Amino acid sequence: MKFFPLIWSNLKRKKLRTFLTLLSILVAFVLFGLLSAIKEALTGGISMAGANRLVVQHKVSLILLLPESYKARMERIPGVELATHQTWFGGIYQDPKNFFMQNPVVPDEFLSMYPEFILSAEQKKAWHETRTGAIVGRKTADKFHWKIGDKVPIQTPIWSQKDGSSTWTFDIVGIFDGKEKSTDTSSLFFRYDYFDEAHRGDRGQVGWYTVRVKDPKTSAEVAKLINKEFENSMAEVKAEPEAAMAQEWANQLGDIGLITTSILGAVFFTILLVTGNTMAQAVRERTGELGVLKAIGFTNGQVVAFVLAESCLIAVIGGVLGLGLAWLIASSGDPTGGMLPMFFIPRSALILGLGFSAVLGLATGFFPALQAMRLQVAVAIRRM
Amino acid sequence: MSEPTKTNEALVSVDGVEKVFRRGSEEIHVLHELNLKVPAGEFLALMGPSGSGKSTLLNLIGGLDRPTRGSVSVGGERLDGLSERVLAAWRARHIGFVFQLYNLMPTLNAERNVELPLLLTHLSKAERRKHVAAALEVVGLSHRAKHYPNTLSGGEQQRVGIARGIVTDPTLLLCDEPTGDLDRKAGDGILDLLQALNRQHGKTIIMVTHDPHASARASRTVHLDKGQLGDEPVT
Repeated sequence: MKFFPLIWSNLKRKKLRTFLTLLSILVAFVLFGLLSAIKEALTGGISMAGANRLVVQHKVSLILLLPESYKARMERIPGVELATHQTWFGGIYQDPKNFFMQNPVVPDEFLSMYPEFILSAEQKKAWHETRTGAIVGRKTADKFHWKIGDKVPIQTPIWSQKDGSSTWTFDIVGIFDGKEKSTDTSSLFFRYDYFDEAHRGDRGQVGWYTVRVKDPKTSAEVAKLINKEFENSMAEVKAEPEAAMAQEWANQLGDIGLITTSILGAVFFTILLVTGNTMAQAVRERTGELGVLKAIGFTNGQVVAFVLAESCLIAVIGGVLGLGLAWLIASSGDPTGGMLPMFFIPRSALILGLGFSAVLGLATGFFPALQAMRLQVAVAIRRM
Repeated sequence: MSEPTKTNEALVSVDGVEKVFRRGSEEIHVLHELNLKVPAGEFLALMGPSGSGKSTLLNLIGGLDRPTRGSVSVGGERLDGLSERVLAAWRARHIGFVFQLYNLMPTLNAERNVELPLLLTHLSKAERRKHVAAALEVVGLSHRAKHYPNTLSGGEQQRVGIARGIVTDPTLLLCDEPTGDLDRKAGDGILDLLQALNRQHGKTIIMVTHDPHASARASRTVHLDKGQLGDEPVT
């Protein structure tokens, strides 16, 4: 610590240069943070997916419906513990920009299938007792300032009610939280029995099934059995692990990992060159001073440590500020208005970012430090 | 690396030293078979024209450079066998440097500059402060402790340089043209200070100068010309 004022004073030597270097590092880490948040939002479902859950959809397309009667048949298949269904409602609240998912579900089965959604016993009871009741995730409730007891009108272009109205009004009876920070709490769920009875069209149709297997190791085997069970029926199915489905969806947007890594690689390489050049210049300007330090007894190792400490300090300050700013931006919520409900910077990305900043500092300081170490004292002290 | 070899010579002993610099294929002989003894407590002036090898000799005595042949001993320790790391630690303990252009850190104030050599010791912050205050007191700059080099006159900056040189109470103070960049009045002030350090505090000082007025303050003057010592008239 006693050397810190010496290191710190060097950063104050050329304030504009230090500021601009800091700014370039800061921008790089803001980009790193936001790309991490986008990557998490697009691929988070894969890691969130339950290892013991399968998704069963119509073999032709997800938009085609399946009979509700499949549930009982699925539950009879060996290895299946529970099956429940959801249906895409596709509703809009006030404005199409306010996107969030709303699905009709069977409350008990649904909550049992998704233990990551935390709902109090009292609210569960209220959901059972209210036919038009709906539960909503904390994120959406906060966004629209909804509270229990509110009546929420949702308009859907897909499902009309028997009276022809496309506006469905739900009573908010519960607000659920996520077990993990990464749990998506942007959706609204309402009762399937109410939906099935109230909508115009055929009864007993559902969108897709989620099946819980008894042993995750048998998932692939159980999926095959499910597919086989409905072979040659009027609605053949495709069963696959939940993670695989999420991955398929993410893959539609391309290899997100490769895209983000490529962008970050280019940014960091540029920053490495800019900062490395700045550091080398700063060391060249201080040749005489480094010579004096050596003359009064500082060892080569100490001089190297000074230069590295300086480059690491500037990189870490820039990194922390950049990640902090990115975190603030991400904390203000999904910038797309609902398309990226899990938009946040995961802790692992923050730690990785800090690690990157230290590596950036070491990498940019390495050659200038070497240059400082090789200085011949007698020559250097004449260059003040 | 190697332990210093103990001898019973004068404080500084330069024995048969040669220094050759290489510039491409050309060899430049800067010092030739040079011998010099400096007893403890002496104020020695090294005089000579530019390029005579004064600063090179000073660098060898201060352990900043190594002789091509011969040996340099200070306080009985031969410097030529010491590793870079040991030599750096030795310099920190035994040598105080005063440079012609002061060589202060522009980003540190006077007291921080003076404190620099003490950062290499195990002294606490409070002890370092005490030593810094004492050194600034000796050079008469206590009132300018918080000032940065660019707000100090040349004479004041050199006093800070001297305070930095003596703050660790080194065995030997090496001054390379300490008045070379100062006007006569400021230069006299610096020479008064060096003389006082020698006479009142018993510091052994070797001063490189080409100014007879400065060398007149020393207790002995030796002349160096083309890498060889000339007469050593006692002043």
